[in-house]
Amino acid sequence: MHQSVLAYGRSRYLWVALAVCAAAVAAYALDSPGVPPNGGTGLGYTLGTLGAVLILWLMSFGIRKRAYASRAGTVQGWLSAHVYLGVSLLVVVTLHTGFQVGWNVHTLAYVLLWIVVASGVFGVLVYLRYPRLLSNNRGSQTKDQLLGDLADLDARCLRVTAGMPAEFGEALLANRDRTLLGGTAFALLAGQDRSQILLPATGGATVLYQALPNPDQAALLDWLGHRLAASSDGGLSRQLQELLSLVGARRTLLARLRRDAQLKAWLEVWLYVHVPLSFGLLAALIAHVVSVFIYW
Amino acid sequence: MTGNRYKIAIVGGGPGGLSAAAHAARLGVAHILLEGSPAHANTIQRYQKGKHVMAEPGALPLRSDLGFEAGTREAILEAWEQGLAGQQINVRYGAEVIGIQGAAPDFSITLKDGTGVSAEQVILAIGVQGNPRRIGVPGEDLPVVQYTLDDPDEYRDETIVVIGAGDAAIENALALARQNRVLIVNRSDEFNRVKEGNLNLVLKAIEDRRLECAYKASGTCIERTTDGRRYVLALAGDQGESRIECDRIIARIGATPPRRFVESCGIAFPGPDPAALPVLSSRYESSVPGLYVIGALGGYPLIKQAMNQGYEAVEYALGRTIAPADEPLLAAKLKILPFGLGVDDTLALMQAKIPVYSAINPLNFRELILGSRITAPGLGEVIFLKNDYTNSFFSILAGTVEIEVGEERKSRLTLGPGQFFGEMSLLSGRRRSATSWAGAGCVLIEAPRREINRLISSVEGVRRVIDEHFIARAIQTSFAPEASYDDLKAIAASARLRRYKPDEVIFAEGDEADSLHLIRSGSVAVARDIGGRDVVTSYVAAGNYVGEMGLVSRTGRSATVRATVTTETVSLDAATFHQLLQKNPGLRDQVQATVRRRLAENTRMEGQPQSGDLISFLMQQGLGEATDVLLIDETLCIGCDNCERACAETHAGTSRLDREAGPTFAHIHVPTSCRHCEDPHCMTDCPPDAIGRAPNGEVYIRDNCIGCGNCERNCPYGVIQMATAAPEKPGLFNWLLFGAGPGPGQAKDPADQDDRGPKKAVKCDMCRDLGGGPACVRACPTGAAIRISPEKFVQLIHDTTG
Repeated sequence: MHQSVLAYGRSRYLWVALAVCAAAVAAYALDSPGVPPNGGTGLGYTLGTLGAVLILWLMSFGIRKRAYASRAGTVQGWLSAHVYLGVSLLVVVTLHTGFQVGWNVHTLAYVLLWIVVASGVFGVLVYLRYPRLLSNNRGSQTKDQLLGDLADLDARCLRVTAGMPAEFGEALLANRDRTLLGGTAFALLAGQDRSQILLPATGGATVLYQALPNPDQAALLDWLGHRLAASSDGGLSRQLQELLSLVGARRTLLARLRRDAQLKAWLEVWLYVHVPLSFGLLAALIAHVVSVFIYW
Repeated sequence: MTGNRYKIAIVGGGPGGLSAAAHAARLGVAHILLEGSPAHANTIQRYQKGKHVMAEPGALPLRSDLGFEAGTREAILEAWEQGLAGQQINVRYGAEVIGIQGAAPDFSITLKDGTGVSAEQVILAIGVQGNPRRIGVPGEDLPVVQYTLDDPDEYRDETIVVIGAGDAAIENALALARQNRVLIVNRSDEFNRVKEGNLNLVLKAIEDRRLECAYKASGTCIERTTDGRRYVLALAGDQGESRIECDRIIARIGATPPRRFVESCGIAFPGPDPAALPVLSSRYESSVPGLYVIGALGGYPLIKQAMNQGYEAVEYALGRTIAPADEPLLAAKLKILPFGLGVDDTLALMQAKIPVYSAINPLNFRELILGSRITAPGLGEVIFLKNDYTNSFFSILAGTVEIEVGEERKSRLTLGPGQFFGEMSLLSGRRRSATSWAGAGCVLIEAPRREINRLISSVEGVRRVIDEHFIARAIQTSFAPEASYDDLKAIAASARLRRYKPDEVIFAEGDEADSLHLIRSGSVAVARDIGGRDVVTSYVAAGNYVGEMGLVSRTGRSATVRATVTTETVSLDAATFHQLLQKNPGLRDQVQATVRRRLAENTRMEGQPQSGDLISFLMQQGLGEATDVLLIDETLCIGCDNCERACAETHAGTSRLDREAGPTFAHIHVPTSCRHCEDPHCMTDCPPDAIGRAPNGEVYIRDNCIGCGNCERNCPYGVIQMATAAPEKPGLFNWLLFGAGPGPGQAKDPADQDDRGPKKAVKCDMCRDLGGGPACVRACPTGAAIRISPEKFVQLIHDTTG
């Protein structure tokens, strides 16, 4: 009932793409222009034209995706064709080059094409794999519900610390305020936890607080654990145990939120390569075509 | 007239009552308008500030001495206020009527303050809102107590007690708690019978200490503090007694429906059904001579209707004859008929010709025809197709209609003048079970679902006749396509209509198999006990039957069948069923084929333990009453929200679906989106009857929506919103090249988001005006979003868990 982009319409665009590739390869094999194969032969122009038309059509996917009322097929059908025909472009264009490359605008277009297609293939892989991971990680909750749970845990932590010595309340407040979700693009993609915490420094007469890295709540859990081990007050120990279990739950929740952000980031990041470079490709393609005709 | 005796007393100062009083004043008739609250048009006063009030039905002319046209609440109230002053209307506010005794020309009206009014004629225009139930403790009349809350943001830094534990109380308490200290007083030890969303919100607010709650508590008295500035509410409960000093007490403990009061005046109702309307003549006169009932109480919920009736009722009360304001509309409708009679005579003739309508009073019949279509389709023209989702009800005024019956061996049935058809879909909410064509000289009355449902609940005769036909035709469609109607009637007489609540067991595994159930509306889940665990093995929708296995094999029940939603079945006892089997040799094969198919399905489902859980999950989401539901496969969904954007872009800027919200099970996500219920909750109380159902199933809202919000409140799935249309967007290239305005998929500029124009109800309409299917599904790049009907659930479950 549900089917993936690759399986769409019994993979009909796979067969179209294979047919395009097979025709291009066969024509290339059979063609004997009398000069080394290149973009300037009859077949070269044909393949070049086909490639250019394909590029323009592939880029029009962005328009179709936003033409919400369009009756021209479904977006999934377009994407399926976009994927298969996009990959077939590598064959068509490579044959168009006649395997001649150099340090020029023509090869720039060719290289950009490879990067765009490669990023697209990466995108397909991510699309096929990550949604399931995302769904498993989130359970049946939405991101807002997870954030709500986090706020809830924080409130409960503070309620417990209300009846404890001040340093606990301050530590838990600092923990809440210095918890980072996301951050830099790299931290987001790597799922890094750059959260910090302020904890009382050991030794010295006056209590000094120092900022410590607190990935996965480790520093806080460690500190609370030490306090519990050192505690001989039954009431305080019970409160510490309760705090430990709350902070433990908070760690799990933060990991899930971070994982959610990480997976979503990967689902999007390739588009930051794919889309701008495809416009770069379009520019290079225009330069390529114009220069070919000027310097004929 | 002198003293307290009037020619006409009008009870209720809403649109109907005001209009009646204005007309009486203009005619110089001695009259009095009695209004229980301190101001006129109490219901409209309570609308939120600036609310746009609409003037539907547009085609109906206004006939009143007061003005009324669509506009803001303030403009309308102001116009009436001026009318009240200018026309010298004799009005008494704060005059709550508690009894009306007598009959024309000698009524005596008792007021709450103990005084009385006598009148020759009475016009009752009290609407259906009823009076708010009062706290019933000493001090309840102090100004600290209020029964409504217009704008919670008006109050700040106050201590407010909210009494009640229903949806209204919870919504008020939560809204007030944003800026005030709020205590909610609940008589019970939990919040039951409230919407799940409200339940979660209130429990969370109490846990977070944003809201205080006194459980198992009730007020015992209210008094002023000694300095007189604040008030004290004494509470008694399990925890002993306590005294709460507060600035305001808001009681939201429901309203007493007006029916008991109306009955106490001697006005007769046709039956005990709460939806039944009082018996009225075509002059709005009730069973008490000289006591007229107009407006919503008489079944006319729209302002303009009530105002027209107020005017007309005064004319009638004075013994004059006046054609109702809708006369020209009816005349135009009836023009197609060849009778050459006046409107009243034509209507009477129509009632005489169609027996099912003969028991209806002329006023209701008039309303029915006003809402109906009268058509004369050409010979052979299709009236509706099998599997269409329309649910109107047809009666034949002249000529014939042919209907195809039977599954495999089809035969055509001819219906003649006076007969009706279309009741199957009307009652079950499911697709049309057969195609119908017009015969020679065919003239039809096509009545909308709402009007017929109103008749079914008000007129016992109509209900009985339609039920009998339904049972006979249901048996015919499922079991005996060739049987004559007389044969069927005998069988139908032994059949029983049964109604089950959600989760109620229809029969249990191991029970004796004594009957077969044809599901008339709703749906059921079939479960078996496997190793001590209840495993759901299948789901059966309306229009199908259950219980055949035990009857055919003459053993006990092999499974437990439960209603998933409110379900009605036609049950046939074993003897009748076996008699049917004997009479129709083909039927035995057909039933046995069903048994085989179901056994195979059961085995398959039992092999996939998760599948039963998935069915249970889908049923818990209320999909048992869905006809078309949006489901997202989370293993494919990349969260791009293109579905929401497509929806907003194709529907005036408001998305009618919320992708992320809603529960998920086994990677199947049920987003908040309309599932086009077979018996739509949203349709239950739509004053202008603006919610319709198209042949392919979608439930949609027409432009004559008045924005009252009833459908939003009635929808248990939260898929209806009140919204204004967004401004037009620039074209794609204008945006791309010149940066003009918001681009495709972008929300409108927040600066433009102030509420322009009236808010109307919006919901999924399955993109009926777009062609090519729902935009959300078509815009999904990965194929995660699909829309399916419940018949395909089993396939989906097999795909998902297999």
